This record gives sequence, structure tokens and C-alpha cells, in this order.
Amino acid sequence: MKDMNAQTPLVEIRNLEKRFDLDQGWLETLKFRNGRFVRETRGVHAVNDVTLDVNRGEALCVVGESGCGKSTVARLVAGLLTPTKGEIHYDGARIDNRSRAEMQPLRKKIQMIFQNPYASLNPRMTIRQALEEPVRHHYPTFSVAEVRDKVTEVMMSVGVDPSWAKRYPHEFSGGQRQRIAIARALTVDPEFIIADEPISALDVSIQAQVLNLMLEAKESRGLTYLFITHDLSVVEHFGTRVAVLYLGSVCEVADTATLFSHPKHPYTRALLSAVPQLKDDRPNHIRLKGEIPTPINLPQGCPFQSRCAFANNRCSSEKPNAIHQPDGSLVACHAVEEGRLDEGMVGT
Amino acid sequence: MSLLSVRDLTVKFAMRDETVTALNGISFDLAKGERLGIVGESGAGKSITGFALMNLISRPGFVDRGEILFHDEDVVKMSDARLRELRGDKMAMIFQDPMVTLNPVLTIGQQMLETLMAHRKLSREEARQIAIVKLREVYIPSPEERLNQYPHELSGGMRQRIIIAIALLLDPELIIADEPTTALDVTIQADIMELLLELCQSNKVGLILITHDLGVVSQMTERTLVMYAGRIIEAGRTREIINDPQHPYTQGLINALPQQTLPGQKLRQIPGNMPSLTNIPPGCPFNPRCEYATDLCRTTLPEIIQYGEVRVACHEVERLHAEGARQEQDA
Repeated sequence: MKDMNAQTPLVEIRNLEKRFDLDQGWLETLKFRNGRFVRETRGVHAVNDVTLDVNRGEALCVVGESGCGKSTVARLVAGLLTPTKGEIHYDGARIDNRSRAEMQPLRKKIQMIFQNPYASLNPRMTIRQALEEPVRHHYPTFSVAEVRDKVTEVMMSVGVDPSWAKRYPHEFSGGQRQRIAIARALTVDPEFIIADEPISALDVSIQAQVLNLMLEAKESRGLTYLFITHDLSVVEHFGTRVAVLYLGSVCEVADTATLFSHPKHPYTRALLSAVPQLKDDRPNHIRLKGEIPTPINLPQGCPFQSRCAFANNRCSSEKPNAIHQPDGSLVACHAVEEGRLDEGMVGT
Repeated sequence: MSLLSVRDLTVKFAMRDETVTALNGISFDLAKGERLGIVGESGAGKSITGFALMNLISRPGFVDRGEILFHDEDVVKMSDARLRELRGDKMAMIFQDPMVTLNPVLTIGQQMLETLMAHRKLSREEARQIAIVKLREVYIPSPEERLNQYPHELSGGMRQRIIIAIALLLDPELIIADEPTTALDVTIQADIMELLLELCQSNKVGLILITHDLGVVSQMTERTLVMYAGRIIEAGRTREIINDPQHPYTQGLINALPQQTLPGQKLRQIPGNMPSLTNIPPGCPFNPRCEYATDLCRTTLPEIIQYGEVRVACHEVERLHAEGARQEQDA
């Protein structure tokens, strides 16, 4: 039974698309072009045709630069946003078209940890109130004592001293608050955690504490993570698989070890080369030309073409599909497909 | 001869009930054209150090004692008029957030020309030409057009490059960069850092780089100061400090980085938090988080001493070193 479960992914994301309209009302869509009025809508194409699987027990990291749509993916999967197109399946059942009431039982299974622990805890609730609320909501039959026991147990397991329960969020440091936010996510025994940049706001020594805590929770509770981050050194440590996003499209999906030892997509290579290293005196930084284009009115063809050193005519007209590579990774790049990349560069 | 010499710099903040010591007896030197990194976590006092060097500490903060000699002239005692001459001319500062550093209601050109004409006797046209040259130096495409644009029309990376161009306008001898790339993406960060390094090397500009990122310090600087709770706890050549840190805090900071542990393994974390400045423990400020702390550490503040190639403030440094050597032999 368990083996069968392991075969179907826990979360399947199929051709997911999210568009945010920029125009407020139809008047704004009217434009005067060549002597006549035309209607022209502008939208931010935050997520474009993203297909991803999250397998049971893995930590799938989604990386990319600001504006690449990684947080939007997280919010879509969590059901905080409705997709414009595409489907999301959880445990074999479609969830993106469910009503709020229908989502309720899933909320217990899918929990989210946010970036800023200063904003994600209600400043007017004590830690106890904040932690008990989700338990009481999802386990309405629990007695007061049972709720309290449950909360105390979770607090102990994540290193939150139960004596803190009477205090308010402002009395804690960033790292402690993030611990409390993690405790809050764990109180309802979720199976899937979506973490959106959970350690970016924390100091280096505290980052290690929180990351360790999340790894421990993964082991002891058998959690599955969707981990959104821009920090590649964290990905290498924490993730079992990595998806690289650029302008709302997936460039490359691979096992963490494969991605770091043999990055294939030109963007992945540039991204990896940009990470400041401790020991290496002279980095081989691949300089990208230009900057990330805005996701408004996307270019035709490959989203990365404007900054890619390997772009040709095909890249500017045809959007590359993700293609399986011999080592199991998925890469969406015409140059990789055609073998136009300098092979000597692979693995450097 | 050193360009900058800081001696026993102490900065305090007068709060309602008490006076908080944010910087405590900081001393260091910077040679002409040298690049120095200041690392530490939030609350360590690294930004305050940067502000103090430009004499930008404002009430309720004040410099309690110590001196900052820039070309043998004490910045702390300078008149406002002299400071105005110095700031932006011989010394320039780059701040963290490029979104708020530029004035949103002035064009890039107005802001650049303003700086130039305040310090030099130049015609508008001469100033414009210098501005264009500097924008080109930081790889801004079509600089003539940029001069007429407003900050909101430019991306974060572009803005930070313009800020660097403004800092370089008058060929300063010292640039203080306070987390210049923290708000930017990694690929942009790598570009900006490369640019800054290139410009400092070719123009012989001294750089003080304040950051929390040890990787950045490792690639950018020749010497490093590690700060903790308002004090320098370790100082020396960057290579030495990264490869063979002596202070338990520096060791902890480096070991806590994910790339120092095998993937999936538990990270070597430093327990606890940085103490708040109102509540610094007696003795060594790091002692409650330090696994090597002894009774001496809990009562007496360690002096910063020369130990091998570096300066370090730790009572147990010799014991630590001996243990490290033994572990290496075992392994």
C-alpha cells in the first residue's frame, strides 16, 4: 500500500498559469492606435505553463530571482490564489477548482510558512492563542485539555519553551518567531508544508537553527516540502530536487546533486556561478547581459533569450519544451536539445 | 601611512532610562587602496561603524570617545562645513537599499550634477560630461538618456549602479558600502560586486564593505573585521579568517553555512541569539552561546590580542587552537 502511494506524486501541477490584470476597469484598456481606438489588456504573466510534481517525502526547492513567480506558485498550490489556467492535483484529486468549504479538510494537510515572522503572527494574540486556534478549528471535538496538550507537545518538539505561551510575538526575536510560526504550521499534523523563503529574513547563525528544525520535522513527521528560496546554498543543503524558474517558466528540474554538479540550462549555470563562494578566490562568474525583463507582455519564444549567450532564431520564435535528459533532469532549452552548448562548460 | 585610522571608537545611544553602548572600543586602520570587510549579524554594530566613519551618527546617538583619523584629521571633531567638504568628495557612502537612496522627485542628472557642482567649480556642461563618463564606467547603457530619467524608471540593479557612479563622481579615496547588494538578486549582486572590485582596484580607492555575507567578504576584501555585540572580536587577513578562524564565534558563523555541511546533514548551528545591547552579559559577550566558555569568560572581558596572524578577543584561543590541531591529527 505504501509503495503504491510512493508511486503517485503527492502534488501534481499541470500547465499552471497565473495572470494578474493590470487594468482597472475597461476604460483603461482603451488605447488610441493608428487613428482608432482599440482594446488592449495588459497583464502580468506571473506563472506560465508550469508543470511540476512533488513526490512524497521529498523537499522540492523552487529557486529563481525576484519576479520569477516562485511565490506565486507557492500561493497557487496553497490555494491562496486561483490559477488562470491549468490544474493542481493533491493526492490524486483536483484541488484548484474547489470552493472554500471544499478546501477546508485540505487546509489541515497543507500548511504554509511565510517569509516574514514579524508579519505572519498576529501581534494581538498570545503565543498560546495563536497556536491553539488552528487546533480548535480543525479538531472541533477536542476538549480544552486535549488542545492544550497537543500545543504543548508541538512546542516542545520545535524548541519553543511552553512557558513562552503567555507572551506576545513582539517579545521574541526573529528566529524565535519563525520557530513559533513553524510550530503553528505543525500543530494540525500536516503532511505537506509550503515554505516561502522561511529563512531569508534571519541572521546566518539563526538560519542554521531554523533549517535544522525543518529538517528534523521532515524526518520525524514524514513531511513533504515545497521550499521557495533564492538562496542556492540552502537549496543544495535542504532540497532533494530543484526546479529553476525564470520569468514564470520552468528552465530546469533536477535532483539537487545533479543540478549542482551538472547544471545544463544556461540560466542555471549563470545562477550557480553568481553565488559568492567562501574558499574560491577567483570565481568564474558568468556575466549575463541585461536584466530580467518585466513579466508584462512576455516576449515570444524562450523567456531567457534576451540574456542568453546561446540564443538564435529558433529561440526567439519558439518556446522550448522541457525535455528529459539522460541523467533524469528536465531542461527547457533549444541549445541544450541541439547540443549547441559548449560541452567543456558543463560541470564547471 | 594609513588613509584611515580608528582608535577606541565608542558610540552610545541615550535612551530614556539608560545609555546603551552600541560600539565599544573599535580600533582599526585602513591603508590607501585597501579593501576591508566588516562582518557580523544584525545588531553587531557594523552599520553604526559605517555611519560613525562619516560622522553621521545623530541623536540620540553620540560618539562617546575615540577618534577617527582620516588623513590625520579627526572626523569626530570636524566642523559641519568641513564635513560637507569631505562627504561625497574624499569619502563616499553606498547604502543598502537602492530604492530609497535616490531622491524620487529629481532626475538622475539633477542628482549627479548637484553633487559635482557643490564640490567643484564646474559649468553645467562640464559636470554633465563627467556624469556621463562615470555612468559609462559602471556599464549603464545610453547614459545620456538616463540623466533625464527618474529613479522609478530604473531597475534595482541599475539604481545601485547609478549610486556607485555617484559615489565615484569626485574620485573619492574611501568608499563605505553598507550591504550594497543585500536588496538585489544573486546574478545582479555578482555583477555589482565585480564592478565595485574592478573600480576600487583600478582607481586605488579604499573600500569598507559592511555585510553579513561571508562569501562576499571572501571574494571582495583583503582584510576582515568580525564584530559581535558592538566589539571587534577577530581581525586579520580575510584568507586567514575564512580558512582558519580563531574565535569560536567566527568558527560558528562559518560552520553554520550550509555549504560547510554535507547535504541533508544537520547544520552546525550556534545556539541562542545575539544579546540585545541593553542586556549584554558580563565577561565575554559571546559566553552564553560558546561551548568553550570557562568561569573566566563569564566574569572577565577578553582583550583583543595578537595571536599568530590575526587579532582575536578570546581567553581560550590557545586551548582551542591546541584542540583543533589535535582533531586534525586524529582525522
